[in-house]
Amino acid sequence: MAEFAMSGPAALSGRKMRNGVRGIFAAVLLSLLFIQPHNARADEDVFAGLATTQFNTIASSVDQIAQQGGPRALPVLRALADRKLFATREGDGLFIRTDSGWEDARSGASATPDEETLRPVRVNNRVRLAVAAAEAELELVSGTPAERQASAMLFYQRHDPAMLPAIDKALSKTDDVTLKNTLQDARAAALLSPGAPVSDAQAQQQAVAKLKAAGGLDARGVLAQASTSEALDPATRKAAEAAVSSIDFKLKLWGFGQDAFYGLSLGSVLLLAAMGLAITFGVMGVINMAHGELMMIGAYTTWLTQKAVLSVAPALGSFSLVLAIPAAFLVCGALGIVIERGLIRFLYGRPLETLLATWGLSLILQQVIRSLFGPTNVAVTTPPWLSGSFHLGGIEVTIDRLAIMIFAVVVMAGLMLVLRRTPLGLEMRAVTQNRRMAALMGIRTARVDALTFGLGSGIAGLAGVAVSQIDNVSPNLGQSYIIDSFLVVVFGGVGNLWGTLAAAATLGVGGKALEPLVGAVSGKILLLVLVILYIQRHPRGMFPLRGRGVES
Amino acid sequence: MSPRFSRRDFTKFSLAASAAMLAGVRGAAAATPKGEPIRIGVLHSLSGTMAISETTLKDVILMLVELQNRKGGVLGRPLEAVVVDPASNWPLFAEKARQLLAVDKVASVFGCWTSVSRKSVLPVFEELNGILFYPVQYEGQECSRNVFYTGAAPNQQAIPAVDYLLSADGGGAKRFALIGTDYVYPRTTNQILQNYLKSKGIADADIMVNYTPFGQSDWQTIVSQLKAFGSAGKKTAVVSTINGDANVPFYKELGAQGISATDIPVMAFSVGEEELAGMDTKPLVGQLAAWNYFESIDSPANKSFIKEWHDYTKNPKRTTNDPMEASYIGFNLWVQAVEKVGSTDHDKVIDAMVGLKQANLTGGTAQVLPNHHITKPVYIGEIQDDGQFNVVWQTPKEVPGMAWSPYVPETKNLIGDWTRPVSCGNYDTVKKACLGAKHG
Repeated sequence: MAEFAMSGPAALSGRKMRNGVRGIFAAVLLSLLFIQPHNARADEDVFAGLATTQFNTIASSVDQIAQQGGPRALPVLRALADRKLFATREGDGLFIRTDSGWEDARSGASATPDEETLRPVRVNNRVRLAVAAAEAELELVSGTPAERQASAMLFYQRHDPAMLPAIDKALSKTDDVTLKNTLQDARAAALLSPGAPVSDAQAQQQAVAKLKAAGGLDARGVLAQASTSEALDPATRKAAEAAVSSIDFKLKLWGFGQDAFYGLSLGSVLLLAAMGLAITFGVMGVINMAHGELMMIGAYTTWLTQKAVLSVAPALGSFSLVLAIPAAFLVCGALGIVIERGLIRFLYGRPLETLLATWGLSLILQQVIRSLFGPTNVAVTTPPWLSGSFHLGGIEVTIDRLAIMIFAVVVMAGLMLVLRRTPLGLEMRAVTQNRRMAALMGIRTARVDALTFGLGSGIAGLAGVAVSQIDNVSPNLGQSYIIDSFLVVVFGGVGNLWGTLAAAATLGVGGKALEPLVGAVSGKILLLVLVILYIQRHPRGMFPLRGRGVES
Repeated sequence: MSPRFSRRDFTKFSLAASAAMLAGVRGAAAATPKGEPIRIGVLHSLSGTMAISETTLKDVILMLVELQNRKGGVLGRPLEAVVVDPASNWPLFAEKARQLLAVDKVASVFGCWTSVSRKSVLPVFEELNGILFYPVQYEGQECSRNVFYTGAAPNQQAIPAVDYLLSADGGGAKRFALIGTDYVYPRTTNQILQNYLKSKGIADADIMVNYTPFGQSDWQTIVSQLKAFGSAGKKTAVVSTINGDANVPFYKELGAQGISATDIPVMAFSVGEEELAGMDTKPLVGQLAAWNYFESIDSPANKSFIKEWHDYTKNPKRTTNDPMEASYIGFNLWVQAVEKVGSTDHDKVIDAMVGLKQANLTGGTAQVLPNHHITKPVYIGEIQDDGQFNVVWQTPKEVPGMAWSPYVPETKNLIGDWTRPVSCGNYDTVKKACLGAKHG
């Protein structure tokens, strides 16, 4: 700061003074720039602050760059945010690293600095905030429509009164209804924030009404703060308080929908994890303790696919997940068939031995993966098209979770189709309902057993693909899902896919309904107690199989 | 890739004895030290949930043993590491500790990660008068004569981290969410932090505390609660004592719900370079961690340590982290003490430890204090997109570790001092009395 106080307009960088003078100053500078866009004398070297090591100096330099505008402002700020901006260790040289080499930050001309003398410009959250605000300020004037909307949104979220002149200017220039609306929200929020210029009671109350109409967490934050702000009119404070409770009520109502979404999303993860087990355990009766490890291998297949795609065709990297789905199904399905032929077929009708053998197998699989890929997590990246969230009314829908829900439904439907509409499905049902009869009819039961187990294992692999997007991918991945999977299958009713669906949804929604009430730890305990009580009354689960074959 | 893992996992699989022999043979091959080897115990989980973190520390001790033997061993004798696997099983820790002390007669033990494992072995070390070097940051409120705590006490990590969040550079937070896994370390740390925040004028309504089970993987509800908590018009920060595997889904959910470090910064006490290795760190840029060491710190000692580590593991990508530095400091302090008294006698070594100084890896000095804690610098790092931390703040000099927190009413008058004449782990400075044998 001290170095800066010496240098011309930057002396105004004291926050209060700047707030008042900033708009005029920016306007004057802009007009200067319009007349003489490349006049080096008119623009003070606002970039010099970036070459210091003090975070507050760098942040205020960023502010000044935004005020000054000019053709180099955006490239320099973006380089700073991407950590591509370097300063010389001595003096105040600034260079941007480009794909082909270096360019001088101030002029944009290509340069050949001595790399030994360069160090990256330091960035922390304070600087990042300043850069985001500065970028928004610049993009609001010169950006594409999408960038302008995003900038207006950022202004709204930041609600910094220092931005008021910029907001007003943008408001006067745009005819776009959505953008105008966001800007008006941003204006209202800024007017009610600490440090805003004194405004009359009417303007304040209009702002409160505007924010009340906007609703949402951002508006609530501004209003909650305004309701206790001494700088505002008492009537405004009261109105703000009323608006907060009105928004809270709406948020609470939406909260139920949000909890339902969380519950269904958790349910869909449980469903995916349990569906393969519903085949191997539910239909075939094999207590497969290695089910979780098949999921884990599915997740590792996703990781390997991603690595392979990135090394062969980096441009398609974000679509590797699509490739991973069949890959994981095939890998896990094949592994399942090998397990059935090599191990499980010798143990049919001996559940205890099966349990021990598959448990041993699960340890072996874990250790194999640990030896091959290491004990630490591997990073499966979430592609951009699966990142982020959108709002559905007051419900925030995260895209990765939504995708998993859809995926679970598609897999469930596919599985149903296979079981009901294909010859293989018919044979599977025949073999599980009456093995000897099916054999007498000429069905090769051994082959059907292998394929059924392979199908269940393949679906576990698909679950692994889904889980890799939201959880750790480590050799321990399977352990955290095996208990939940058995719980879902038993609770839903062994041998009944609809039961598995109902149980997954019930456990998911039930768990997420309990969590906000009693906390995550007690919620989980309570849910397990409820399930135990239910199973005691209904030992065959929610949808028990009926018929003559069941008893045997 | 594969040679590294197969070699490491071979070691893991092999019996403790054969691992020890391996180390012994390595030492002998360098062959300057002579005579009967001095045995040291390595008590880190090599299987189970904690293996992911503790295996690395076992490797560090084996590397340090190898380096020490190459330098001529200790007292002219070679060192031999006895590696046991307590398998993330807390009662087994006590059994294995007893085996190391009673059967293998080791001169000192380097081990434990979780506080519950340390609590499990504590009675064994006190009964058999062993020496334990504990290399992990912990919740404090303990001061045993037989343990040297080379990781951070709360005043060397948690308190400075919160100070940073309260400062202008840290965003000037006025509202705090304390989120943790449900066990002793987060609960004690959060109790201390709650009292500390109140002493800094933060109201009860502005502190939210939330615990989750081990391995929590569905963070949707809690992250949305955080979002709501952060919308009270005050700058909000999260202090995370979430442990181990639960961190990845937590950060992923933060990213999915669009919370960035500039909105609500998360200060983590258990996320280091090793944990970040399994994460896509782009959505995490700017999230914070408080440690006494970061791999990215540019000092000659750190550079050579990283190089030795890469050479030893034959993997140029292996990360280093804070507990590794604490193991390094503990090991070298023990070597110094043994060389100073010319013997591995436990009582002599314990008495010689206090006051010893060892250069740490970041350019400062670790000094053993009378309460068996050490002086450590505190760094705040921000996560970068390359999975490393960028140090944005540090204490001007090393902070002495405090065994007992002044922010917990029951312990505010307690100090630990194992030098004469006090010789007590829980000395009440008001009553001028030692509160007795129970120090933990």
